[in-house]
Amino acid sequence: MAAFDGRSPIYRQIAEQIAADILSGALEPDAQVMSTNQFAAHFRINPATVAKGFQQLVDDGLLYKKRGIGMFVSPDAPERLRARHRERFMAEVVDPMIAEAHLIGIDLDDVVTRIDQRRQDGHR
Amino acid sequence: MTLDLELRGASLRYDDGTEALRGIDLSVPGGTILGLLGRNGAGKSSLMSLVASLRRPTDGQVLIGGRDPWEDAELTARVALVGEAAEGGAWKVRDAVTSAGRLRPTWDAAYADRLLDLFEIPNVKIAKLSRGKRAALACLFGLAGRAPITMYDEPYLGMDAPARYAFYDEVLSDYMVHPRTVILSTHHIDEVASLFGRVAILDDGRLVTDDETDSLRARGTEVTGPAAAVDEFTGAAGLRVLSTRSLGGTKAAVTYGDLTDVARRRAADAGLELGPIPLQDLFVHLSGATQPEEASL
Repeated sequence: MAAFDGRSPIYRQIAEQIAADILSGALEPDAQVMSTNQFAAHFRINPATVAKGFQQLVDDGLLYKKRGIGMFVSPDAPERLRARHRERFMAEVVDPMIAEAHLIGIDLDDVVTRIDQRRQDGHR
Repeated sequence: MTLDLELRGASLRYDDGTEALRGIDLSVPGGTILGLLGRNGAGKSSLMSLVASLRRPTDGQVLIGGRDPWEDAELTARVALVGEAAEGGAWKVRDAVTSAGRLRPTWDAAYADRLLDLFEIPNVKIAKLSRGKRAALACLFGLAGRAPITMYDEPYLGMDAPARYAFYDEVLSDYMVHPRTVILSTHHIDEVASLFGRVAILDDGRLVTDDETDSLRARGTEVTGPAAAVDEFTGAAGLRVLSTRSLGGTKAAVTYGDLTDVARRRAADAGLELGPIPLQDLFVHLSGATQPEEASL
């Protein structure tokens, strides 16, 4: 897991890191995540900040708490994350790509042809 | 047991007329790790001396657990101020540590021993210690003392990076087992910023910022793009422009203020780039520079 930079709010970086680990499969459903204190000591972060990051993941339904034991990855967390990323995909990946293609003079038909080629190569 | 700390309109004027602190209103809930930031002479040490009851405010109040700590021995025993290097040059290290233990009801002697090993402080006269080891000894007094309010006034001077990180790790791990208020003044902001739950910034004796560290981080944004679009955007979004740099028609503005999602989308539509700012840079802009500066890239 990467270190946290001093730029954007650290609690948000923590939430994003754990979400990335869930999406990549490094953290599997029902796996226990580090405790707030372990996490704080390991990354040298104020425990209140860590708790805020974890709470955001609980609010988003990606983690669940077992009282007195700790926090765990929700069974449907990977699916929730994939759904969330699907919503953003068009706006954050496809739209900028179209704008870039327009800017440098690539015809969108060529882009579509390329996508078709890749599909035939086995990318479904 | 944690102790709340509050300063109400606290001012401190020295005999020579220097206004070290001007009407400070600051509330530090018990169990906070507070970063106290400011340039040299901004009033950090003066503020700490008020909390430690070394000085009395010339105006306003200091309240610890709701009470005035002045000449209240029971209360002042629960407040510790650690300067930049341990004093008491003729004492041997172990004698100084034993003696410090007698003065603090909350002292943990076993922890003090562990820290002597960790910081590799030899048992010689304090005057014979290197500057870094004297600083480490001062930090030991703060850590093992476990005072409910422990203040470190630029404790790192002379300590090398591994020693400083060992100190930060101890501050944090001991805090998690024994919650208390820690106030730390420093210039090495990016090294310790992630430890701070809150940050207070002093400038010329005034408190200019007092906020959660993450809120402060969220409020700093660098806006880059065509100069006219940058100006229009920062104006419409009501952002405070802390500094700007220009190169040809491109302008980069360091701004401070809350940005809504709507404003972020508007910036993207206008072809502007929004980027975060390191806390150290925000600090530089929020302390000292009162007028927006114009510089070229």
